[in-house]
Amino acid sequence: MRMHSSGPESNAPVIELQNVTKIYQMGRVQVHALRGVSLIIERGEYVAIIGASGSGKSTLMNIIGLLDRPTSGAYRLNGVDVAQLGKGRLADVRNREIGFVFQRFHLLPRTTAQRQVELPLFYAGVRGKVAKRRALDALMQVRLGERVDHRPDELSGGQQQRVAIARALVMRPSILLADEPTGALDSQTGREVLALFRELNEAGITVIVVTHDQGVASQAQRIVALRDGAIISDAPSRTISSTQFASASGDAAHHRFQEVGV
Amino acid sequence: MRWVRYLGVAFDSIAAHKLRSALTMLGIIIGVAAVLLTIGIGSGAAASITERIESSGANLITISAGGSRGLGSTSTLTLADAEALADRSLFPEIVAVAPQYSSNATVIYGNREGSYTIVGATDNYVQVRNLQVENGDFLNAEQVEKNESVVVLGATVASDLFGADNPIGQNVRIGGHLFRVIGVLKASGGAGFGSSDSQLFVPIGAAQKRLFNAGRSNGSDVVTQISVQGVNREALQGLQLQIERILRLRHRLDANSENDFMIQNQADLLELAGDVSATLTALLGGIGAVSLVVGGIGIMNIMLVSVTERTGEIGLRRALGAHDRDILLQFLMEALVLCGLGGLIGVGLSFAAAVGLQFFPTATFRIVIEPWSVGLALSVSTASGFLFGLYPALRAMQLDPIEALRYE
Ligand SMILES: Nc1ncnc2c1ncn2[C@@H]1O[C@H](COP(=O)(O)OP(=O)(O)O)[C@@H](O)[C@H]1O
Ligand SMILES: [Mg+2]
Repeated sequence: MRMHSSGPESNAPVIELQNVTKIYQMGRVQVHALRGVSLIIERGEYVAIIGASGSGKSTLMNIIGLLDRPTSGAYRLNGVDVAQLGKGRLADVRNREIGFVFQRFHLLPRTTAQRQVELPLFYAGVRGKVAKRRALDALMQVRLGERVDHRPDELSGGQQQRVAIARALVMRPSILLADEPTGALDSQTGREVLALFRELNEAGITVIVVTHDQGVASQAQRIVALRDGAIISDAPSRTISSTQFASASGDAAHHRFQEVGV
Repeated sequence: MRWVRYLGVAFDSIAAHKLRSALTMLGIIIGVAAVLLTIGIGSGAAASITERIESSGANLITISAGGSRGLGSTSTLTLADAEALADRSLFPEIVAVAPQYSSNATVIYGNREGSYTIVGATDNYVQVRNLQVENGDFLNAEQVEKNESVVVLGATVASDLFGADNPIGQNVRIGGHLFRVIGVLKASGGAGFGSSDSQLFVPIGAAQKRLFNAGRSNGSDVVTQISVQGVNREALQGLQLQIERILRLRHRLDANSENDFMIQNQADLLELAGDVSATLTALLGGIGAVSLVVGGIGIMNIMLVSVTERTGEIGLRRALGAHDRDILLQFLMEALVLCGLGGLIGVGLSFAAAVGLQFFPTATFRIVIEPWSVGLALSVSTASGFLFGLYPALRAMQLDPIEALRYE
């Protein structure tokens, strides 16, 4: 069952956050990772989330990706209030609707690219020849058709991240969530990964990328800036100057932007 | 059979962590091998005891001089008793009766000497005691009749005194008397006390009169033992009672007196040996089972470390849509497969050890691996895989995906 194609909710935004907060309890100390975030993302958008380290980007991504629940506030995914979903349903939604890409790839050690990409299919109950075929298709889509039998240590960083993207795509999710996807890559392979994201977005997938890097953020149509767990700006990317970006995402990113020279 | 699909996941993960998997299995391999080998050694010992008892002659009843009062009391068992038992019309179930008179003496050949048991025997002793002649002949009826000074050597005696030389026809000195060697026995393999390998056989009369000056009782020469061969094993119990009765009559023992001889039948001996070895096997198997449990705890240990180490993997699997049961079954199957494989390897090694041992002729014990012990070891190892894999698997299942993904 694909949530976005079912019932009267099909016109609802892909993601709708209302006044979402997240408080971590660290012993006696409370950490307010998110302080009332409201955000609507429509189908097919390409959104970058920027902010200094510790501003709550990953926390927001985890909540959007159903890996974590908000402390308060509402989250509707494809029109469905996820607070109503049990653990098992959440796992199913993660499996079918959301593709994750991580900074450190998170590939299984000593496992072939083919096997890595078959994982989500396994949890969806797709097995055998069909699973092999679909995994291969996804690997071809990220232009790794020649490397299906390679293990992570036989692949470059960029290739490893492409395996991870193929794994995120193989279930044909409606949303792709990427947390610092180019953070561990050099600028050249980083650009390749971004090109892939653009392609996928043009094919209709909603892409949400967390980044420090203006080069990465400028690919998106829309940039949401976080500071101390709250949204400080939300605007189309072309309206944001590099100075504004630097102040929103912290100086480190500004330097990086100049270094890369985008 | 939904869990079957996790077999693939388990095998993938085992293949991806070969060293760790091997170390995890080690405890189970050692445990299973310990169970099989300890039980195997017990069974081997039982088998060789049984063999030893049976090889000393088939369907035997032995009557020894001296009652339960112990050694040292004057012997009342005589040749006449043996002759009485040999009456086929009275005891149709007795096949043969072989009296003997044995004692120790110094035997000298050239400049070599040793102290051995001299068995004064009759010609049928070789058949009743199931002895094999390697060289020459055993005592014949005429030599026994005439108390000739001839001797048959046990294998160890022959090699001690003669080395590689041929003893046949040579004279050895026994207690100052010369005896001509007429035969040498095959090694019986028995190492212990009473093995024919370290005995010498002379005509019974020569032992009684010439060598040891045996006493007389009731007008007949005393003997130290009478071996009686029954027709079959079933007859032994009944025969033993009959013999006991006739000997008590012959020795004029009244109802209140104890036997002045000891009577033992092979069937009882075998049964006793069986009981002893069953106890031994249970004891050894118990020790082995403890090591199997220790191996299982080792599995739990390494699985727990593995769960911690693979926290990131668990988080990733969660992100990709794994349910609680997916994580639980993955780790449980992994433990089960490790234990199963470890068990099979342990069985393989044990069989290899059992077979390998046969190539060492000097080994003083054997390993007999019983099919039931293989079944026991495999089921205990699988059960311990389940038992000790469950807790780590539950821990893996309960990991919070966020925590799991943050872990790097
Ligand atoms: N599991 C957690 N327990 C306690 N504090 C946390 C936890 N996760 C994040 N935080 C805190 O929440 C804040 C936001 O963290 P995060 O979302 O990781 O920021 P970012 O990804 O923007 O660097 C930080 O102060 C961080 O220390
Ligand atoms: Mg972060």
